[in-house]
Amino acid sequence: MTATTATETTAKKQSFTAAASNYIDERTSISAVVKEFGRKIFPDHWSFLLGEIALYSFIVILITGTFLTFFFQASQADVIYHGSWVPLKGIQMSAAMNSTLNISFDIRGGLLVRQMHHWAALLFVASIGLHMLRIFFTGAFRKPRELNWVIGFTLFVLAMAEGFTGYSLPDDLLSGNGLRIISGMVQGIPVIGTWLNFLIFGGEFPGDAIVGRLYTLHILLLPALVVAFIALHLVFVVVHKHTQYAGPGRTQQNVAGYPILPVYAAKAGGFFFIVFGVLALMASLFTINPIWMYGPYDPSPISAGTQPDWYIGFADGMLRLIPPHLETVWLGHTWVWYIIIPIVILVLFLILVAIYPFVEAWVTGDKREHHILDRPRNQATRTAIGAAGVTFYAVMWAAASSDIVATHFKLTMEGVIHALQVTLIVGPILAYFVTKRICIALQKKDRSIALHGYESGRIVKLPGGEFIEVHQPLDEYERWRLVSYDTYQPLMLRPNSRGKITFGNRFRAGMSRWFFEDRLEPVSKGELESGHGHH
Amino acid sequence: MRETTHKNARKRKTGRRHPLATVALIAIGLGLTGGAYAAFNATGSSADAATSSSSDVASGKKLFQANCATCHGLEAQGTDEAPSLIGVGAAAVDFQVGTGRMPMAMQGPQAEQKPVQFTQKEIDQLAAYVASLAPGAAIPDERYLDGNGDAAKGAELFRVNCAMCHNVAGAGGALTQGKFAPSLHGVTARHIYEAMITGPQNMPVFNDRNITPEGKRDIITYLQYIQKNPSPGGFELGSLGPVAEGLFIWIFGLGSIVALTVWITAKSN
Repeated sequence: MTATTATETTAKKQSFTAAASNYIDERTSISAVVKEFGRKIFPDHWSFLLGEIALYSFIVILITGTFLTFFFQASQADVIYHGSWVPLKGIQMSAAMNSTLNISFDIRGGLLVRQMHHWAALLFVASIGLHMLRIFFTGAFRKPRELNWVIGFTLFVLAMAEGFTGYSLPDDLLSGNGLRIISGMVQGIPVIGTWLNFLIFGGEFPGDAIVGRLYTLHILLLPALVVAFIALHLVFVVVHKHTQYAGPGRTQQNVAGYPILPVYAAKAGGFFFIVFGVLALMASLFTINPIWMYGPYDPSPISAGTQPDWYIGFADGMLRLIPPHLETVWLGHTWVWYIIIPIVILVLFLILVAIYPFVEAWVTGDKREHHILDRPRNQATRTAIGAAGVTFYAVMWAAASSDIVATHFKLTMEGVIHALQVTLIVGPILAYFVTKRICIALQKKDRSIALHGYESGRIVKLPGGEFIEVHQPLDEYERWRLVSYDTYQPLMLRPNSRGKITFGNRFRAGMSRWFFEDRLEPVSKGELESGHGHH
Repeated sequence: MRETTHKNARKRKTGRRHPLATVALIAIGLGLTGGAYAAFNATGSSADAATSSSSDVASGKKLFQANCATCHGLEAQGTDEAPSLIGVGAAAVDFQVGTGRMPMAMQGPQAEQKPVQFTQKEIDQLAAYVASLAPGAAIPDERYLDGNGDAAKGAELFRVNCAMCHNVAGAGGALTQGKFAPSLHGVTARHIYEAMITGPQNMPVFNDRNITPEGKRDIITYLQYIQKNPSPGGFELGSLGPVAEGLFIWIFGLGSIVALTVWITAKSN
């Protein structure tokens, strides 16, 4: 009797959740999705969380940004400021600037949210950059993930666009000067520049349309694109399964780690709050973009130390590095090479980043899928190319702060610029060779460790009088990590089906030689067996 | 009458022979000499005030010849090393010597600030000497230095006239060939005013037609306002703008979060 009641109550209890889930599942067939996502495995490594930092800072941006839209007025109508910040009282400014100042000083929590939004934006782009470097140096962009690299790259560009449009919205002196540079660059584009500039600004710079236009881009079009591309990016992550570092029990066919439900979801949720917390802490303690100091935009003044936010710095730096006065008048047009050349260099650089996976796939001719990540040292040429690219970017980036470098290190501004101009060309070449040599040296070290074990520091005198150092052999798990990687042999130059050696073939063979000429083969089984006898 | 005279004579007699007469005489004598001395002293000090500049000029000249003449010439006429100081006025001396820029330690892109080498009295004497050579910018009136002007107007004047070199927050900035506009943080109102009217180093002169004394007072008010009222947003990171912010997000923001990712993933192992 009592037993029946107990079963009835448990049945009732179960039936509540069960009924609810059943109700939803019968109408949405969601169980398949939950099953798929809930069982998705994530390997545990800190470098796999970099993309999550970007995702979570984007969520923070969405939340804080929504709050800001409640109070921001995207208008360049003239108003007189009557808010709380004394040094701007009675000053004429645009409604955009006025409302941003009101958000900062007269709306409760406004300054905190504004600063969180801006810090989160800087963190968003920075974490995307770091995530891309991790993907690049571990070779995670290889088949089948090339398209996801391109999607990620698009997100990087969209993030920069989001950042720049947002930075320009308050219509303060700093961002107005940034727009001035953009206007100048647009005007520098041959033939169409002037008209394009009129189109963007609705007439002569600065006009009274640009803030409203940027606002539409900033809160409507660009966020929609970012959300869509993030969704696509994550769907691909699920479809492809996660990559993992080489290790015992990890193959191209499996993924070792935790399922999303319950462990990983808890971890990721916790991590979101950590990112949110760090951003809130930074926003409450550190000033960012003090527009009340910059004052309203006015085309005549400019402040010393005017820079864009960090992610646009590389473009600003390239403009500073190009030698001045490069102009020619041809066909009745002025060709401003000091604008055209930087634009071409920047666009080429970005295109190279975007298409690198396809270039490498073409050079290797490898059609296999890769789910095990490379150790950067084992792909010396790729790592060296990456180091050269990072150096190139870093020099452009540093050039954007040339004036601050000059004052803080007691150098001349011209000296800083000239040194960086040389470094822009020499730096990447040096970085390439140095990195490549370091990678090969590390490979050699790995090889000797795999073959002979670690140096133990124990010196033994043999009966014959010979001194040897005893090496401590590796255990099999560690050795697996050191020996299980792929190398490619340079492609042989072969005639094609018509018996001809085309230029394309020759070029590809040359590239392949460049990539794989200096390489160390992984230690083979035979070598390992014979190597064991030595010490 | 006679009797009166007699009486008087007697009275006088008794007065002259009064036992306290000597004491009174001595008192009068001492009083007179003391008073005369005091009066002489007083006239002496007023004469001093009248000739104070001439004695200050004289001491200033001695100080000048001992400390400045090597570069500026014995008569402040200037040499190949340094410009003439005839007509620069007291304000220029008060600024350059009062901020330690002069005497210069060495030739360089511009005179660097260093600990002040003279007492304020010596600086005043030097200023008096240089001012005596030819008319020039005078030490500013205290009423422009009180910092009670219009901060908003001052901020606007500052953005239009000063920010392109000194940065909107007065944090300083780079100029060409190793020269720079220094930070204005902690500079006294007097020195700011003097810099505006004398244009030290590479700074242009902002005369009273360019920026009125009231305008200069407003600028000083603004600079004092932003120094007295720390940023509402928290630590200012040197007021250097996006470069400092970018370095901060990469090193401390992303750095701390990456450290936390290591912690999160290390726990499970």
